[in-house]
Amino acid sequence: MSETLVITGAQLLGAESADIIVENGVISEIGSGLTRAGARVIDAAGLVALPGLVDLHTHLREPGYEASETILTGTRAAAAGGFTAVFAMPNTSPVADTAGVVEQELALGEAAGYATVQPIGAVTVGQKGERLAELGAMATSRAQVRVFSDDGFCVFDPLIMRRALEYVKSFDGVIAQHAQDPRLTEGAQMNEGSVSAELGLAGWPAVAEESIIARDVLLAEHVGSRLHVCHLSTAGSVDIIRWAKKRGINVTAEVTPHHLLLTDELVRGYDARYKVNPPLRRQEDVLAVREGLADGTIDIVATDHAPHPSEHKACEWQAAANGMVGLESALRVVHQSMVQTGLIGWADVARVMSAAPARIGRLAGHGTPLEVGQPAQLALYDASIAGVFTESDLHGRSVNSPYLGRDLPGRVQFTVHGGVVTVADGAVVAELGA
Amino acid sequence: MRHLLDTKNLDRATALRILDVAEDMADTQSREVKKLPTLRGKTVVNLFFEDSTRTRISFEAAAKRLSADVINFAAKGSSVSKGESLKDTAQTLEAIGADAVVVRHPSSGAPQTLATSGWISAGVVNAGDGTHEHPTQALLDAYTIRKRRFGADSRGRDLSGIRVVIVGDVLHSRVARSNVWLLSTLGAEVTLVSPPTLVPQNVSLWPAKVVYDLDQALADGPDAVMMLRIQLERMNAAYFPTEREYSRRWGLDALRVAGLPDGSIVMHPGPMNRGLEISSEAADSARSTVLEQVTNGVSIRMAVLYLLLAGERDNERGGDL
Amino acid sequence: MSARTVLHHADISRALTRIAHEILESNRGAEDLVLLGIPTRGVTLARRLALVISEIAQTPVPSGALDVTLFRDDLSKHPTRSPHPTEIPAGGIDGKTVVLVDDVLFSGRSIRAALDALQSIGRPSIVRLAILIDRGHRELPIRPDFIGKNIPSSRQERVNVRLIENDGAEEVTIEA
Repeated sequence: MSETLVITGAQLLGAESADIIVENGVISEIGSGLTRAGARVIDAAGLVALPGLVDLHTHLREPGYEASETILTGTRAAAAGGFTAVFAMPNTSPVADTAGVVEQELALGEAAGYATVQPIGAVTVGQKGERLAELGAMATSRAQVRVFSDDGFCVFDPLIMRRALEYVKSFDGVIAQHAQDPRLTEGAQMNEGSVSAELGLAGWPAVAEESIIARDVLLAEHVGSRLHVCHLSTAGSVDIIRWAKKRGINVTAEVTPHHLLLTDELVRGYDARYKVNPPLRRQEDVLAVREGLADGTIDIVATDHAPHPSEHKACEWQAAANGMVGLESALRVVHQSMVQTGLIGWADVARVMSAAPARIGRLAGHGTPLEVGQPAQLALYDASIAGVFTESDLHGRSVNSPYLGRDLPGRVQFTVHGGVVTVADGAVVAELGA
Repeated sequence: MRHLLDTKNLDRATALRILDVAEDMADTQSREVKKLPTLRGKTVVNLFFEDSTRTRISFEAAAKRLSADVINFAAKGSSVSKGESLKDTAQTLEAIGADAVVVRHPSSGAPQTLATSGWISAGVVNAGDGTHEHPTQALLDAYTIRKRRFGADSRGRDLSGIRVVIVGDVLHSRVARSNVWLLSTLGAEVTLVSPPTLVPQNVSLWPAKVVYDLDQALADGPDAVMMLRIQLERMNAAYFPTEREYSRRWGLDALRVAGLPDGSIVMHPGPMNRGLEISSEAADSARSTVLEQVTNGVSIRMAVLYLLLAGERDNERGGDL
Repeated sequence: MSARTVLHHADISRALTRIAHEILESNRGAEDLVLLGIPTRGVTLARRLALVISEIAQTPVPSGALDVTLFRDDLSKHPTRSPHPTEIPAGGIDGKTVVLVDDVLFSGRSIRAALDALQSIGRPSIVRLAILIDRGHRELPIRPDFIGKNIPSSRQERVNVRLIENDGAEEVTIEA
């Protein structure tokens, strides 16, 4: 199970080199020239050591949609991407709106062992937006749910949203809103803009996201609650969050890797790999969210990893499902779009992809600094290489990635989950505890 | 020409070539024997996921006049069957040995998906995809305008300086899109007239002027006025309040037709809502090109099938357009 | 690539004059004669022949163009060809003596296509064939009635006809 590891020569957060000793699932020593008898030595020369990444927004599809992904395959994909914890969105079948389902997810994650699975509970029963789900029961269950979301759907009714924001205060919960006005986006297929006008695809206007965020931050302010905004995608949304934070409103926001890199110009070939909700936006939006992530307006990167079987993508655009897998590519895309452009450094990467998501999700034992005494959650990343992203880089059950065939920098070489090596030399370990 | 998917990417030389070959095709249609042996042995499949008797018949006539074998495949593409429909259907056609697939589909981009998927090696002709494009309609419209203007002297000519007004639901019209790109490629000046709710938000980037007032647009004395069919269902999504108001503000009634300069033509892709977007006086006047558009449609489609199928073909699947 | 001239300017006009006389002799006059040239240079030759015949016979003889592209049987072996216009003179071809005119006769396939094209237009009473250059290598049982010159050639050689109206020069060359 958990071995003793001597990791040599790792660059802590891309800065000074050090040796790290992991014993009994904990970082027991950091220094130089360290050894331990009988330990496994990992040569990390030239590798950036990051705290294990934490994804606040993943779709693991189990229970119910195991053809796309299971908790086992999804957490393997997570490990491949350097993640040691993932928050599982509740749009499963049955929906995770009861203590029973969230506890089942937790158990499956523990059995798999590749990453810590923290279930997210639905806000409303069946995610239908009509009645609150048993948020309290989910909070006190073994799964200790703190993040609630109807992701996939917007909590559109302002009264329900208000009640949800108020209710979760009693256990330090947070509502994570999928901001999308359903009336303004009926039948929408892609960002409403110059590209959609030419392609004849129904548009998803930015205002449908921004108007909900504007409403929700004001509600959060009014009831004194905290709010989290999922997959923020437009320049206008960044402005609203900036305004809200300046006003002292307790709001956090996430951006996906694909919204940091890709634009709606890619839709021109009608290749449904680029179909996602919220849709790919304009270049101006990409630049605005990058700036927002760099200056802290946007708190974290979250993948919104959304696996789909190939028949839901190899078809005409209108018939295709929304979503992209993103766990395996996330760090590399952030590397390309934010680090290589000089907008942030590795310490910031640790903040936005590990510490802050764990804090927002109230997940103990993750997002902790690389310091003695902290849990051994680590990723060792080679930032010096680059390569074409191919299907062999994908480790989940689905291959709907927009990066196939694209040059991406970097490679996760090792991931350590609670002292257990889940990825070694760039390959996911086939059987844990062997 | 490997596929004909849109007019946005149709260069001027190829567009003129299609129009000129259509002239030759039209000439053969006035002979005693209208049938040509040119595409004998070729198989053209009409793959129609949307009902459209008119367009399908037109393509069928065009293919048969060139002695091609025609197979009509009326497939129902429903959101329930999702992607299986298109891919499985395409692979069935490949197994049948289709040389060309004429596709009409309710999803924008479906013909392009078919052409680039690698599922088939046949040439793809877009017969209308969602609200995206309807290239053969725009080609027959350009042909009609040119023919009315230059008569027997049409060959080789483009539409430089000819002013065209397109009226109606631009937002949802594949005919409007295809015409805007093709007409401007051929040098015509295009004005779009529509209620503000029925033009796309970024239409200012298009090579066309946008005007909300029909009378203002007609006061400039355009050479051709093209009326688009208005779908009454749009009323229910609040695009305009009533039929009556739409017709009054954007309908081509007898008075507006009378005010057009001599020589101006009135066009409609059909089917017409008589009394709504176009009055009977307008539809039946000598200015109306509605019927010759149908005839020209066959010539254009003959030209397209000829250019797609007659010469040596690169039979690789998928790949470049 | 060496090209040698096999017919000069004067040779071409002499050949056409002789063909004109032969046509008139064979037809016993100019009645019901219609000359149809196969594009591109056949049309030019048909027009010239018609002028010469008209002068000799002192009565106008119509000429036109017959495009055969859409009737060819070898389309898929070449890049797509654009058809040329077909112009049938006002009197039509029904019951007429149609003389097809082309510059070079080779495999005979163009002429077979021309016969099919004629059939779709009407019913001439007689069809004859006038050719400036016969270079042999027939693949079909097609025989010209009026020949300018026989030029034996190998399949690999190219026979080029240049006419003032089309090419700005007047000669027939053969090159390897």
